[in-house]
Amino acid sequence: MTEATTLDATPVATASGGTATAAAAEPFIRFEDVSLRYGGAGGTLAVEGATLDIPKGGFVSIVGPSGCGKSTLLKMVSGLIPPTAGRVVVGGRPVTGPLGFVGMAFQNPTPLPWYSVIDNVMLPLRIVEPYRSTFRARYDEYRAKAEALLAMVGLKGFGDKKPWQLSGGMLQRASLCRALIHEPELLLLDEPFGALDAFTREELWQVLQELWLARRPTVMLITHDLAESVLLSETVFVMSARPGRLLHSEDVPFARPRGLDVMYEPEFVAMVHRLRTRIGNARAEGMRTA
Amino acid sequence: MTASLLSNRFVIKAFPVVFVALIFIAWEVLVIATGIKSVILPPPSAVIHDLVTKFPLIWPHALQTLYTTMVGFGGAIIVGVLLGALIGSSRLAYEAFYPVLIGFSSIPKVAVVPIFVLWFGVGTVPAILTSLVISFFPIVVNVATGLATTEPELEDVLRALGAKKRDILLKVGLPRAMPYFFASLKISVTLAFVGTVLSETVAANKGIGNVMMVASANYQTALAFGALLLLAIMGVILYGIFALLETRFAGWSQRKADIALQSH
Repeated sequence: MTEATTLDATPVATASGGTATAAAAEPFIRFEDVSLRYGGAGGTLAVEGATLDIPKGGFVSIVGPSGCGKSTLLKMVSGLIPPTAGRVVVGGRPVTGPLGFVGMAFQNPTPLPWYSVIDNVMLPLRIVEPYRSTFRARYDEYRAKAEALLAMVGLKGFGDKKPWQLSGGMLQRASLCRALIHEPELLLLDEPFGALDAFTREELWQVLQELWLARRPTVMLITHDLAESVLLSETVFVMSARPGRLLHSEDVPFARPRGLDVMYEPEFVAMVHRLRTRIGNARAEGMRTA
Repeated sequence: MTASLLSNRFVIKAFPVVFVALIFIAWEVLVIATGIKSVILPPPSAVIHDLVTKFPLIWPHALQTLYTTMVGFGGAIIVGVLLGALIGSSRLAYEAFYPVLIGFSSIPKVAVVPIFVLWFGVGTVPAILTSLVISFFPIVVNVATGLATTEPELEDVLRALGAKKRDILLKVGLPRAMPYFFASLKISVTLAFVGTVLSETVAANKGIGNVMMVASANYQTALAFGALLLLAIMGVILYGIFALLETRFAGWSQRKADIALQSH
């Protein structure tokens, strides 16, 4: 509890990325004392008094015990659900409805089975302007763009396959492409690698890092995997058990690009261990109050 | 041995034909062996003979039944898709309509024929309506179910991109409901035949149902069976047509069968 209050009072440190000086000025995403209660006044309090800043082009991870409202944070950023109290500001404007430019990916890649892989990747272009109204006229150009993106994630030549012909890991790669095809400023990832085997996950960590370094969208990653959060992000936020409060944040100092080897360095291991202890405390506290 | 036999596509295609032939042979043998009177159970040879010789007489009735069924079924598709889309995409509509629909579908349709006759007189209109009301319910349920299978995550992805409810329905919901829709068409088209013949046996002077009533009143059992056989054949053909349409428009959902065929 004391930790949460401290965090609320002090400005959250911004990510220590390469563009820190420019990014530190104005946060891209700002949570101002945000709470969310599901199901009316007597309902479950999912998130309580969350305050945090994310700089433009930053990469943050949010970790915490399951059911702590991590996904709820994402839904509030994208405008899918409005906060019960406080406000969320994205790009200088308070969020009042779906933002319309956000790329999202979930644990379940949810491809449309009647489309080929490349058509699935191009799905956002059928919805988001200015692509939507020019979709037919500039189809070839957009398709080339999708093919280039598929090549970047190692799916060169798989565009014409149907989703069922691809493995789970390949579908998740395609799902990342779908989230990025319209060049969103904001990428929201809800445990995108949760259902993959360890080797595929490691590969996709590298893919995601490359995509982020190449395009620099602002990324919010929800994950259960502490090593994943430390490897990928500039800042890691730890949430408490429900009602979810932000307990702790920590900047990740390692230089980019981070190879998998960094995971075996003592500082890395120590940081994961520290975060693990925080989560353990959060879980224990959650069980006491429950 | 069995495996190699089953892997031959022609053998698989010939299977239903062989099976039907076997049933007919067994039937013929049964009639001869037991000496059942032809007026009770005619042998298939007599049924087919009657069907062929009286074909010019039966054919207009068959056409009438086919026409009535197709009109009724067409109406059922329109009503079914509209209601299904409404119920599947709106919680309010679901709560309001679903109990009523279930209540309605529980009514034996033979009970509503007299009411239709009261309203529209004896003839084609009651048959069309009976065929419609008996066959629209599976379409409603399947379209509604198909729409409800859209993954919530996918809906979130699309809404976060600024997609409107209508976008999601047209780009994801309805295509996703297509396999369910076509599955229901295969069931409904056979039901539509049942509705037509039901109404024709009660209140009509044309159609296969009427032929059967007249035939049984005159103890022309072979003709009555012939009419039944003709109905069955028409049902199978229509089912086949809708199965073909299904592979054409919702083939993406039948990938397992495709794999099996491709691997041979």
